[in-house]
Amino acid sequence: MEFTSVVFYFLSAILLLAGLRVVTVRHPVHAALFLVLAFFTAAGLWVLLEAEFLAITLVLVYVGAVMVLFLFVVMMLDINIETMRADFRKYLPLAGLISGLMALEMYIVLGGQNFGLKMPTPKSADYSNTKALGRVLYTEYAYAFELAAVILLVAIVAAIALTLRRRSGLKWRDPATQVVVKKADRLRMVNLKPQKPGAPVEDEE
Amino acid sequence: MMDQIQNLLGPAWLPIWTLVKIMVIVLPLLIGVAYLTYAERKIIGYMQIRIGPNRVGPKGWLQPIADALKLMFKEIVIPTGASKGVFILAPVLALAPALAAWAVIPFGDTLVLADLDASLLYVMAITSMGVYGVILAGWASNSKYAFLGAMRSAAQIVSYEIAMGFALVGVLMAAQSLNLGDIVRAQEGGFWRWYFLPLFPMFLVYLIAILAETNRSPFDVAEGESEIVAGFHVDYSGMAFAVFFLAEYANMILVSAMTALMFLGGWLSPVPFLPDGLVWLLAKTSFILFLFLWFRATFPRYRYDQIMRLGWKVLIPVTLVWLLVMGAVMQTSLGRFFH
Repeated sequence: MEFTSVVFYFLSAILLLAGLRVVTVRHPVHAALFLVLAFFTAAGLWVLLEAEFLAITLVLVYVGAVMVLFLFVVMMLDINIETMRADFRKYLPLAGLISGLMALEMYIVLGGQNFGLKMPTPKSADYSNTKALGRVLYTEYAYAFELAAVILLVAIVAAIALTLRRRSGLKWRDPATQVVVKKADRLRMVNLKPQKPGAPVEDEE
Repeated sequence: MMDQIQNLLGPAWLPIWTLVKIMVIVLPLLIGVAYLTYAERKIIGYMQIRIGPNRVGPKGWLQPIADALKLMFKEIVIPTGASKGVFILAPVLALAPALAAWAVIPFGDTLVLADLDASLLYVMAITSMGVYGVILAGWASNSKYAFLGAMRSAAQIVSYEIAMGFALVGVLMAAQSLNLGDIVRAQEGGFWRWYFLPLFPMFLVYLIAILAETNRSPFDVAEGESEIVAGFHVDYSGMAFAVFFLAEYANMILVSAMTALMFLGGWLSPVPFLPDGLVWLLAKTSFILFLFLWFRATFPRYRYDQIMRLGWKVLIPVTLVWLLVMGAVMQTSLGRFFH
């Protein structure tokens, strides 16, 4: 067996196991950690497919930022595992339907030959797909790319608008005014005459 | 001689040779970590008119070895309420990214373990995983202090990663490449061609952001010994604690080397009559490391809300404005100023 096949089966085994553990493990934090492992292993598989830019971006965005915030939330929430388990049967048909659809989509993409799609051929080692991706993204698909960026921006503004609320009674200082404070604003020099103690009074006898 | 060994080992040659190269990078790094702790205690000592460690070995040279031995022989206490697996996993997750990122760091024109096309992105991706060590340690300890430290650290690192990323976008715009080797080669031509000059705002933002990313003073609220004891690693002892310590200092060396490569010309010599070489990279890295220690001895700890304000409302707008300026200027004839 070729070395790349060994790596492929190794990574796939870890990926499947991690994916399975995400749904079977009891504690939500542990589930989130298995999801991190799944993302990381998926990135490894993408490197095997010579999509190293996408693989690194997957790690940077999903593992490095999204999952950190996700863990952050899961750790803060007080999740009752028993009540979550109780709904398992109720959601099973819906989940099954979605999984079936995903499997079908994967079959269409991966079994492209059956539908007359041309399979990409591996490129030579000095081919820079980072550069190629950048070129295509900013020339051929520039409008789609900018559209996606604007949609994301709207989503960010909406998320902030939803959570922004003014609370009364908040103690707040403007750092800018704190920085421009001069010595004269805070300190008053007072010229005090030295108070001489009175001459000792002689005892009168 | 190399060919003979290669023939002798056959197909096992490549993994063994790679392992040897990894050891050649990791061992000096770990020694560097040990002596960085010594340098820190000595330098801060002299800055505060003290002598620092001077008892173990001549002038205290063996102090880090003694510290390491002490930590190795101490018991690793696992708290009763801790999530045991995650508790042990956390220090490993903190150290592994700090070491893995060195795979793509170029030490010279051809001296690099893996010449990746997108090596700058790789370093960013790998270092962004270092935060897991901190938050998992805080959560698994099942202690309020540790958890507070973890929460602070997670928010801080994710916030400053954005400013740091934007600063790096400036570098890659100037160098037109994501490859660290190419970024250094783009700065050829002496001191005045290094990127810290045309990208000065980015350089400052990056310097501040790496302090926050490595949880160093004045942004060390994740530890904050006066408020939350020692933050995320309050429940760690012995070697488990030492691994966190190693990770912090290995990260410091890593980001210093990155600063040297991206803004200070890496292995390039500042003047034309001296040859380029590894010694310049080491000197520049040491200078940035000295800045880390100097800042620690100089600045008081930031208040948490002010850290967030600095990151989101000062550093990110500064980088955005400078990116715009760069993009506009690079379209004109003045564009050669940037590359």
